[in-house]
Amino acid sequence: MAAKPPRVALFITCLADQFFPMVGECAVEVLRRLGVEVTFNPAQTCCGQPAFNTGYRQETREVAARVLDLFDDAEFIVAPSGSCATMVRVFYPELFADDPERLKKAESLARRFYEFSEFLVKVLKVEDVGASFRGRVSYHDSCHLLRELGVGEEPRKLIRAVRGVEFVELDDYRLCCGFGGTFSVKFPEVSVAMGEDKLNAAKRAGAEVLVANDSGCLMHLAGLAHRQGLPVRTMHLAELLAKRE
Amino acid sequence: MSETGVHSREIHIRAISALGDAHLQEAYRSSTLRLFTGRVEAASEVPGWELLRDRARAIKHDVIEHLDYYLAQFADNVEGLGGKVHWAANGEEACRLVCDIAGRAGAREVVKAKTMVSEEIELTHALAARGIRSVETDMGEFILQLAGERPGHIVAPAIHKTRHDVSELFTAHLHAERTDDPERLTAVARRALREMFAQAGMGLSGANFAVAETGTVVVIENEGNIRFCTTAPRVQVALVGIEKIIPRFADLGIFLRLLGRSATGQKLTVYTSLLTGPRRPGEDGPEELHVVLVDNGRVATLADPKMREALFCIRCGACLNACPVYRKIGGHAYGWVYSGPIGALVTPEFTGIEQGRELPFASTLCGACREVCPVKINIPDLLLHLRSKAQEMTRAPQPKDSPVSERTAMRLWAWLMKGPRRYALAARLARVGQKVFARQGWVRRFSKFPLSRWTEGRDFPALAPKPFRDRWKELSS
Ligand code: SF4
Repeated sequence: MAAKPPRVALFITCLADQFFPMVGECAVEVLRRLGVEVTFNPAQTCCGQPAFNTGYRQETREVAARVLDLFDDAEFIVAPSGSCATMVRVFYPELFADDPERLKKAESLARRFYEFSEFLVKVLKVEDVGASFRGRVSYHDSCHLLRELGVGEEPRKLIRAVRGVEFVELDDYRLCCGFGGTFSVKFPEVSVAMGEDKLNAAKRAGAEVLVANDSGCLMHLAGLAHRQGLPVRTMHLAELLAKRE
Repeated sequence: MSETGVHSREIHIRAISALGDAHLQEAYRSSTLRLFTGRVEAASEVPGWELLRDRARAIKHDVIEHLDYYLAQFADNVEGLGGKVHWAANGEEACRLVCDIAGRAGAREVVKAKTMVSEEIELTHALAARGIRSVETDMGEFILQLAGERPGHIVAPAIHKTRHDVSELFTAHLHAERTDDPERLTAVARRALREMFAQAGMGLSGANFAVAETGTVVVIENEGNIRFCTTAPRVQVALVGIEKIIPRFADLGIFLRLLGRSATGQKLTVYTSLLTGPRRPGEDGPEELHVVLVDNGRVATLADPKMREALFCIRCGACLNACPVYRKIGGHAYGWVYSGPIGALVTPEFTGIEQGRELPFASTLCGACREVCPVKINIPDLLLHLRSKAQEMTRAPQPKDSPVSERTAMRLWAWLMKGPRRYALAARLARVGQKVFARQGWVRRFSKFPLSRWTEGRDFPALAPKPFRDRWKELSS
């Protein structure tokens, strides 16, 4: 690590902010444990993905333009979500393709914006964050993180390094869980059927805890498991990495 | 006879009915899995598979950017060989052209090879209206013709039919004995078809590729029926979507290596037929060869610089097999002839965004399709583009329990997200409001869209007692 501690602006994401603040707290704890100085700009809200995903590009641009301004001078921006990181890194440049000034800002932001596990492994070059947790743990690849950002190995490395964890892979671990943003309410029956497949895979693998890096997938899977009274527990990677049991 | 028209707006109800059909679920699950793993294995055996995909994509890109040039070259070469080229702007025109050719040939019966374009233009219905009987000679299509159904998959049309279903159909329509033995079932179909081949005055095929440089129509298959259709009858018609062009004969090797493996996991399909002009003296083959070049929405797709990429498609079906949504809802849910991710792209483009507007939303944008597409079409990105097109050009359907239109809801959402104070205040109000609904951190039922849809099958998490932004003050002190 460099002599000067890296500074990270946390992009909490609207879902974690309102529903799962614990994810943010754990991310902060892990980052601080690794000597990172964390800042939080309370003017942030959402990255704009719900509107983008539903096809409302003008509304998305209005929301996204604020994000460009808010993080203009941050060294690193880290989000505990592969989906929001994808929104910023992959789709912002596309969204502002016809607006040269904003495009420049979007491209600069994209270079400084990281998903949490990716930041730990690729930038901080850390795999063992000093966490411990006893249990059989599996990891669900959220699609944006895996296929848009190409991050699949990093979270696995981090999980395997947690003391006491027995890591198991699900069959078909690359398969989507069915959340899909507004897909989850436009096609709820299909979304649920896909989620059931994922939870069944977790059951077959004997996983006690299913870890993912996106609050969207997690609230879908947790909500389904809770409705059906299934024993599998869902957890954000940041929560697992903050554990010292 | 099979369904006609576009029913893509019904995708929601059709999806639910497919999910409720355990038999259908199992048929789709097992078949897509078999095709999917077949592709993975076949692709892994080819050194430089990725380079092959890149090369194919580059060729298709060049073709689509210069389609006018290559089409003219192709047409000139077909005519130079003594074939006849016809241009059809839409399905009706294409049907009329084919019917007229059949009329002039005096054909009362037409033997058909599997062609998706003929499904698209509803050719069987048009021929029947002129008193011409057409018989599907591809095993899958033959089964569907008996069942009166459209294809459930662009490569394996009867993917949703089990052996048992097929036996039932053959017993009912062909008075065959009941059997679950695939070989005996094939024999039944062969017998029924053989008579037709002898009688038919005209053969009809599609095209997998059309080579501009040589004027060759290329069709691939496994059963030998296409070979029959394209050689036995006196008159031969090939229906060719205008995007099927490849520039040079040498390019064919690249595409054939990709297509068989991507489609069914085969190194090469059993038959590859090259139709280069009508019969020459001393050879066999049809006396007359007609090539009908079909637009039917393709030129309009070309006009959208982004959507153009959808025309790279070589119809291998790999994206369907990889798609977790297609696997669940099946081909018929998409309401037209093309299904899965590629169907969600071309249906709104070819039939109009008004009819197809719901299809681009029937995806989680997981990207499994892009991973397998042999010509690397960025399908999720095109779906996103189509979503925005759908919202610009049409109105989203408003569910009964939705208090406002989707657009209004999105405007309101954007307004809240642009003001952190408004956002925080709205969240605080929601925290007060949720006291009525939430029990131990979960909400079991919402009465208003969109969350009412969520809670049909899942619980919804309650808002945390304190948002992160409030916790931060404690964390940073
Ligand atoms: S879009 Fe790609 S994967 Fe899908 S059918 Fe076409 S070529 Fe095959």
